[in-house]
Amino acid sequence: MISFSRVSKRYPGGFEALRDISLAIADGEMAFITGHSGAGKSTLLKLMAAIERPTSGSVIVNGQNVGALGPRAIPFLRRNFGLIFQDHKLLFDRTVFENVVLPLNIIGYERRDAARRVRAALDKVGLLAKEKAYPITLSGGEQQRLAIARAIVHRPALLLADEPTGNLDSAYAGELGALFKSFNQVGVTVVIATHDELLAARLNPRVIPLKNGALAKAPAEAAA
Amino acid sequence: MKVWLSQHVRTLGATLAKLVRSPVASMLNVGVIGVALALPVGFHVGLSNLQRFAGELAAAPQLSLFLAREANAADVAQIEQRLKRHSGVRQYRYIPREEALREIKASTGLADVIDSLNQNPLPDAFVVDAGEGASQNLEALREEFKRWPRIEHVQLDSAWAQRLEALLDLGRLAVLLLGALLAFALVAVTFNTIRLQILTQREEIEIAKLIGATNPFIRRPFLYFGALVGLAGGATAWAIVLGGVYLFNHGLSDLSRLYAVSLRLQPLTAQDSTSLLLFSAWLGWFGAWLSAGRHLAETDRR
Repeated sequence: MISFSRVSKRYPGGFEALRDISLAIADGEMAFITGHSGAGKSTLLKLMAAIERPTSGSVIVNGQNVGALGPRAIPFLRRNFGLIFQDHKLLFDRTVFENVVLPLNIIGYERRDAARRVRAALDKVGLLAKEKAYPITLSGGEQQRLAIARAIVHRPALLLADEPTGNLDSAYAGELGALFKSFNQVGVTVVIATHDELLAARLNPRVIPLKNGALAKAPAEAAA
Repeated sequence: MKVWLSQHVRTLGATLAKLVRSPVASMLNVGVIGVALALPVGFHVGLSNLQRFAGELAAAPQLSLFLAREANAADVAQIEQRLKRHSGVRQYRYIPREEALREIKASTGLADVIDSLNQNPLPDAFVVDAGEGASQNLEALREEFKRWPRIEHVQLDSAWAQRLEALLDLGRLAVLLLGALLAFALVAVTFNTIRLQILTQREEIEIAKLIGATNPFIRRPFLYFGALVGLAGGATAWAIVLGGVYLFNHGLSDLSRLYAVSLRLQPLTAQDSTSLLLFSAWLGWFGAWLSAGRHLAETDRR
């Protein structure tokens, strides 16, 4: 459960990324945050994951006020999330397997248990055959799927993805969409920031449109 | 607990692997630390050995009592009685003036000079052995003997040992200073090494934080690295000193044959070796801790 109440975010320098946002995303929901670039989609996700703090208002995730968390508590909050970044943030000096096992090492899984989970996650995204490869040898779409495998390997209840279909062709984007849908179907809350309207149309999720840092009237919601 | 332990074991393994992966850089690092530590440790070993030799030579603290020239046999007997009764005297030996003259004639090659004298210039003397552990109150004994009648002069034969002891104290201070300076150098070396590592692994650190790594988790491999490099440096220093002692003993065996005394350097004691290793590991850890604390806070602020 994620809820924003009257959240504003102003970056140092005066740029106001978000203005007076109030919204709630229920457990098990799939939500798309849409809007042109610079509308504040990424900032909204960053506030959820405590990468940024709100200038005013409160962000509540799983009953915790994210903006008020101390630095010691933030790592434990983040372990509830699977984060997928626009630039993948893969480690290029490590193999596919080592990239995916990283969250499990951080949490402290036992080695054999971790290996089993890593293979399950890689299987899910179709990269099981490449566990010993280095990310640099993977295609753009494979790198994206690797990032997804790393995000889901510890079975988070909440998946946050920033422009997951960024540089992919539409066929590939469709595959990824199906993948997200399947996570959502097993109960994972999925929040995706994207400007890819095709993807949104295909999955028919709840859409939260942003415009210049404020909530715009959602066409889908207006219609419903 | 099991998870915690396995994380530590895994970090230790990964750190060792990291050291092995760049053997030249690791060896240079360890070598610098080893040489830096070997200096004060080597001096320490040298000083302890000097002290041991000095202790052996000055084991029997001796006083020489020279009687006045006009002292007669009765005076000699009286002083002998007093020495016999004195609790601070373990042994004594009477050297009559004639015997002293004979000895000088025999041992110094000054026979011609002495023969030309028309009377014996030497006084009667007692050589007093004050016994083990008397070195503290030798000075007091000397003052006491000096006040006895017919005693002209009391000579402390182990005065040189005390002077040597004072010099050794000075040497120990120098070793301590040198040790402190080089310990600082060791901390500085690890500080910089860890700084470079953090810079090159900035991306990895950032990602680990984003997926829920705590600060202790991120700091741990750097602390292990510092401690391991420190430990290896300490072991290198130990080996250098051991090698040095071995070479010295080789050279000393000739010398001791010539002087017919046993001169052998003792290497570091087990206790000293353990302290050296623990201390060097701690210094490496400390340098890493300082560096990680400082530079991880920097990556935080970005």
